[in-house]
Formats: sequence, structure tokens, C-alpha cells
Amino acid sequence: MKIRVKYTKMGPLRYIGHLDVMRYFQKAIRRADWDIAYSQGYSPHQLITFAAPLGLGITSEGEYFDADMCSVTSGADMKDRLNRTMAEGMEVRAVVALDDDAKTAMAAVAGSDYRISFRDGYCIPSDILSGISAFYEQEEIVVQKRSKTKEMQMDIKPFLYALSAEDDAIFMRVSAGSVVNIKPELVLEAVCRFMDVEYQRFAFRIHRLETYMRDGNGELVSLLHAGKEIP
Amino acid sequence: MEKLALSDEILMQIEKPARYIGKEINSIIKDPSDIEIRFAMCFPDVYEIGMSYLGIQILYDMLNRMDDVWCERVYSPWLDLDAIMRKEGIPLFALESQDPIRMFDFLGITLQYEMCYTNVLQILDLSGIPLLAAERSDSDPIVIGGGPCSYNPEPIADFFDIFYIGEGETVYRELMDAYKRNRKAGGSRLRFLEAAAEIEGIYVPQFYDICYHPDGTIQEVCIRNPHAKQKIRKQVVMDFSDTPYPMKPIVPFLKVTQDRVTLEIQRGCIRGCRFCQAGSIYRPTREKNVEQMKQYAMEMIRSTGHEEITLSSLSSSDYRALPELTEFLIEEMGKKKVNIALPSLRIDAFSLDVMKRVQDIKKSSLTFAAEAGTQRLRDVINKGLTEDMIREGAMKAFQGGWNKVKFYFMLGLPTETEEDLRGIPLLCEQLAEDYYTIPKEERSGKVSITASSSFFVPKPFTPFQWAAMDSEETFLQKAHFVKEEFKKQKNRKSLSYRYHDADLTVMEGIFARGDRKLAPVILQAYRGGCIYDAWHEYFRRDVWEQAFRDHGIEPDFYIGRERSTEEILPWDFIDIGVSKAFLIREWERAKRGETTQNCKQGCSGCGAAVFGGGVCLENQS
Ligand code: SF4
Repeated sequence: MKIRVKYTKMGPLRYIGHLDVMRYFQKAIRRADWDIAYSQGYSPHQLITFAAPLGLGITSEGEYFDADMCSVTSGADMKDRLNRTMAEGMEVRAVVALDDDAKTAMAAVAGSDYRISFRDGYCIPSDILSGISAFYEQEEIVVQKRSKTKEMQMDIKPFLYALSAEDDAIFMRVSAGSVVNIKPELVLEAVCRFMDVEYQRFAFRIHRLETYMRDGNGELVSLLHAGKEIP
Repeated sequence: MEKLALSDEILMQIEKPARYIGKEINSIIKDPSDIEIRFAMCFPDVYEIGMSYLGIQILYDMLNRMDDVWCERVYSPWLDLDAIMRKEGIPLFALESQDPIRMFDFLGITLQYEMCYTNVLQILDLSGIPLLAAERSDSDPIVIGGGPCSYNPEPIADFFDIFYIGEGETVYRELMDAYKRNRKAGGSRLRFLEAAAEIEGIYVPQFYDICYHPDGTIQEVCIRNPHAKQKIRKQVVMDFSDTPYPMKPIVPFLKVTQDRVTLEIQRGCIRGCRFCQAGSIYRPTREKNVEQMKQYAMEMIRSTGHEEITLSSLSSSDYRALPELTEFLIEEMGKKKVNIALPSLRIDAFSLDVMKRVQDIKKSSLTFAAEAGTQRLRDVINKGLTEDMIREGAMKAFQGGWNKVKFYFMLGLPTETEEDLRGIPLLCEQLAEDYYTIPKEERSGKVSITASSSFFVPKPFTPFQWAAMDSEETFLQKAHFVKEEFKKQKNRKSLSYRYHDADLTVMEGIFARGDRKLAPVILQAYRGGCIYDAWHEYFRRDVWEQAFRDHGIEPDFYIGRERSTEEILPWDFIDIGVSKAFLIREWERAKRGETTQNCKQGCSGCGAAVFGGGVCLENQS
């Protein structure tokens, strides 16, 4: 049986890299004594896959992984057992049974929400917040997108699903996953250029709120949507 | 809790910030207002190395079981962070509380290898603690050294307030109580050190003056404080059944060198190899109870979630309950999908069977710590391993499907001749020939025999503590000679040979048997920019050489000469139980090529029986 787990990564644990988070959960699952499935061979490993990797230094309350289980108890019990052995900052929010036809978490990812707040001592927040709506109303937003191999011009407007100033923070919903992955930093750089403010990497505190997939109608819904509660 | 000693800006620009944030599973957080003593435990190397070391986990667990003590950890900041901390004046901090080390009561530093000495100074310096013990004030932490290198602490004696000689489990409570008593009485740092000096196993170097002969050897050790002892008796645990063991070791986020559960099954070694310091200083051999080991294994796997477990001891094959324990582990760990990593066992029918069951033969190799190429030289070092044993073991393994062999040798052993060097490739060649006597259909392809050699370093408290050590040039000549000899072998395509760096070995040799005259050299090398010397790429030979010259120190004095058994050695003030008379006897037997029985075959009266337990008592029954 396949299950999906939603968890948070908060506080200092934002400095734990993606590979280490994977190792961390493998050990945590052993401590929680989940009846997880293993691969065959001399060094069996757990059948577990993670959704979108989170950049170092970014906090999140919308992280996911899928696991193959030999047997399960109730979702609430599995969640409690894992939570009893979590490091401070990691918290399991939900455990659901995946539908048979569900794509893996990694393949399903289609979008993410971010909240970006300002770190003291850098730019003046209002300088940026005041221009957010004008920025977002542009017809097109062309940026230099860098990948490992090439650098290209790209209009990111179609992939910027929402952008607004909220209280003292910026909220954004962007395309994510294997097709078009928009990093929040890329948007922030473009906003700064638009407002003629120097982009400083450390001016922003980035927090991922949720990770989405698309449902049958093409709507963005939480990755938990591909599953059902385990009674 | 968001408290971090380093800012986001710093954490984002250094390599592996997870080294510095703490928060690992099973790390201990206490409320500082509830405790009386803050202890920082340090391994002076990078996090991934330090976290892999069992000794710190043992002491961390033991100290944190004390209600009035909070023990935290600190490791050497890597070079990137080191530079930032110096530039920005950020004080070194402990991982758990992220508080500066400077405000702690104690800083304990474990000394596992000599090449960490400049890192010790790095730790003190970044903490803002004066490097010289003599310059510290009442508000500085008490700096304690321990671990194998403290069996000759003299080269770094000036940097430490206290050395704890021996196994950590015994007198820490006494030391903590003395500290609390002194503080309550409003006593000074000096008063505390005096009280500490009276505790068994505790050495306070500043209470001793060393006088030298004009030739540089020690003339006399004078005690300058009436509280100091003439001899420091090493500490040993004689009853493990009620000695705490870390059932909940810390689980790092980062992948560290030893990312697994380590089960210590015994301390000490019965073998008496004459080059081996551990075999001497951990005498007598003490086995731990097998039922307890089973229980620990289960508990530690449960509390850590590690996917691998390994056994720790100097010679696991000598642990009497090994078959019972491995049987249990294979059964129970198999259920939990936990790998068993076996330490190098003596190759015999039993170990081959076990290895076959726990690892993939195709990937695993046989390991022989032969140490020397000929039987004559193996007798000199009292390595109880004969060529027949090696060939028989290897043949059994070849027939069982193995085709990879690893050999470890040492170059520069006392009495070594060209014959002995030539013996190294010859032994490897012999095994290759043995392999190819197996019919083609029954063997698994080509054999691969890898020999690697390190250079011999004479260590304190071994029968070779008086021996001369080779120079770097001689070492390299020998290694080249062996390499050339390998090329002459018929099966050379199946053989390969590698050797270690000689420059670091020579440094290690100097410090291993050094004296207090070396402290200024270490200090100058550190001030000249040396740290992480153990990492060959950061070892700055030119700076070290300059430091030796500037202080008029001739390294050859420490390594190049055979010492007389009459000479007062810098570490003679330590009593490890094993007597000097025994070591002299062994040194003489070695020169005559005579072997000595191991402790299970019979007692050779080394002196360690004074501790009244372990293998010494088994022998009497
Ligand atoms: S006293 Fe005898 S049995 Fe005990 S460690 Fe020494 S040689 Fe071995």
C-alpha cells in the first residue's frame, strides 16, 4: 500500500539539505517502527520518494514524501508515532493512503505557494511591497533563467499564478515541478529590478506554504488530494 | 527555538551549515538555570569525523546522566567558517545551546591523533581562551585533555590545565564534585587544580618542572606543588555491568564517517603486538557480557533508526561469545533490515561463514593485517599470524568465492632488512599463485590483491618505545624498493601496492614521543597558519620546518636515535599497569626474534594484573 506524508521543515532545520532530509526520514521511520517495504538485496533500502526538493535556508510547511508500506495502522497513529521521534522543526501534518492511480509525489508537483518576509537591515520593505501589484499587472515578465547548462530569456508571467503584498510580506503562487519550475528568488530578483531596488539575497526570508498538484479539472490542489484518510 | 550562533548570511555561504546548528536526534537540551556545571566536549576535527567517534558519545551520555551537569559538543569549524569567525570576531560556540565556549566551566578535548594539535589551539583561540594554561584566569574554562595522546601529553602540556589519563568512565564525578566544592568555597582556579591533582588519574602539568641534561634528555622531573602526585595511575573500568553506555547515541543529520550503531564488545587486546599502543594501554582485556550486548544492540537500533550496526574492539575474533552474538545479530537485524558491518575478523571457517551471510562476496574483500613480509619480522613484532595461517585462510575464502584480498603492512619496523621488504610482494605473489591453482571453472575470475603500507611510528608504552624511527627519505626509498619488487612478480597484473604519506608520519613520530620543548614549535606553527594538519592537503610543511629551526629543535632527537632503557622518558610519570620491566623484556625478546604468548595462552606477567580483573583473572581460574 502506498501512502503520502505531509510534513514541515522549520527553524534551524532549514539548513539540512535535501539528501540529508531523506536520510533523516529513513531513520525516523525505523525509530517509529513503521512497517515500511524494502528493496531486495544485501543492503535493502526503504521504498520512499520525496516531492519537490526545498532549497537550503528555506522553511516550509508543505513538504511531502510517498512510502510503500507492507501494512499500516490508522493515519493518526502513524502520524503520532513519527511525531514522537521528530527533531524540533520537523512535524508530520498528515498521513493518507494514496489512490492506486496517483502519480508519485515527485511527478505530481505542479505548483507552490510562498510567503516572503523581510529580514531587518536590508532594503525598506515598503519600497518593494508598494510596487507588487504594478509588477504583477505587466503583460509579460521576461527574466534570465539559468539552468545548469544554459541561460535563456523567459516570460514567467504565465507561470506566476498569483502575486500580492500581504501585511508585511509578499505572497506568491508559482509553477513548480519537472515541467516549469519557478524559484521564488527568480521572481524576487525581477521585482527588485522593476522597482529599481538592488536585489540582495539575504533581504528575504522565504517560506514555502504548500505544494500542489493538478486535479482532474486542471485545478491546483494540495498533494494530499491524491489520497484518502486511513481510519 | 531559533537561537543560532551564526547568522543566516554566514550559514548560507559556508559548506554544510548543518555542522553548526545542533538539533540532532538524541542530543541533550537542558535548562541552564537547573544545572551547575557546563561542560563542552570537543573533538578537534571537522564535525563528520568527530561525530563518528564512540568515545565522545560515551562521555556525553555519562556526563548528561548527571543532573547537575550539561555536557554539549563542539568540533573544529571547517576552514571556511574558521576564516569568517576570525574576521568577524565570532566566538566559538557549543552546538546544543549555541552559547560561547568561553562561558563554560569545562572544555574537554579528546586527543585521538597527534596531528590534531594545531586544531586544539584553533579551538582555544576561537573560544577566546588563552592558549597557555599559565595565562588563564579564574573566569576561563578548565581545559581537560584525554584520549590516547594523553599517554604522552608532554608536547601539549602547556596548553592544558588537566589531563585525564585513562578511561573516562571512572573519576569524572569526583572531578565535578571537587569543582563544585571549590566554587562554593570561593576557591581560585589554582585551588581547584590542586584538589584535582589529588584525584587518581588526574595530571596537572603546571605542577611539574622538567630539567634536562645538556644533550636534551630528561634529567629530572620536579614536583612544584605538594598536591601533585609522583605517578599518575591510568584509569580503567573493571566492571562494565553497571557502567553506563550510550543507549541513545546522537544521530547526525549529515552523513558522517561512521553512520551507524557501534557496539563496543570488549576493551583491550590479548595479543601483545609489540608495535601497538592500544594493545598496551588498554590492558587488561575485558570482555563485556554478551546478554548485555544483545540488549544494547536492540535498544540502540530502536533509538537511532540506523540501518547498520558494527562491533567495536581491538580484536573481535578473541571475544569468546562472538559466535553467539553474531548469530543473534544476523537473526534480529535481518528482521529489521539492518546491515551488519563486521570489523576485520581473523580469516577462518567461522568468519568466512559469517561474512558470507552478511555481505555480498562479490563486493567484499578479505583483510589481512600481516604487518610484515616475513615470518622473522612478524615474530619480532609478535604478530601471531603465520604464512600458513594466511595461505590457509585465503584458500578457504577463494574456494568460497572470494577473489579480493587486502593486505596491510608496515615499513620501517625494528630490525627490518631488505629480505623483509622483498617478502611483501612475495607473500602477495604466493597468494595469487595459490588462487590460480583452483580450476578455472571453480574460481571467480581474476584475483585482486591489494597491499598497502604505512610507516612504523614507535609509540609510548610499547616495547618499541626505545626504537629509532626511519627518516622520511629512508621510508620513501623503502616504499619505492617494494614497489619495484612488485613489478617483478609473475602475477603483477593481479597485484597492486600503495603506501601512505611519509611526511605526516614523521611529524606524528616527533610528537608521539616528544617532550615539553615542542610546545613552542606547535604554537609557532599554529600562529603561522597551520591547522587541519591531519588533512594532507592542508599540511604546511614549510611552516613546520621553520618553526623547528626557529626553536633550535632537531627532529632527529625525537625519532632518529635508539633510546637507552636507562633514559627518563617524557611519559614515565604515567603508570599504565604494564611495567617498564616487562616492556624492556619484550624489547629484548623482539631483538632476538622471540615471540611471547598471548594472555589467553598464558600470563606473561606484564603487570596489568594489578587492576584485578579481565583476562588476568580468567587465567588464574
Ligand atoms: S597480567 Fe598477564 S594476563 Fe594480565 S594482561 Fe598482563 S600478560 Fe595478560
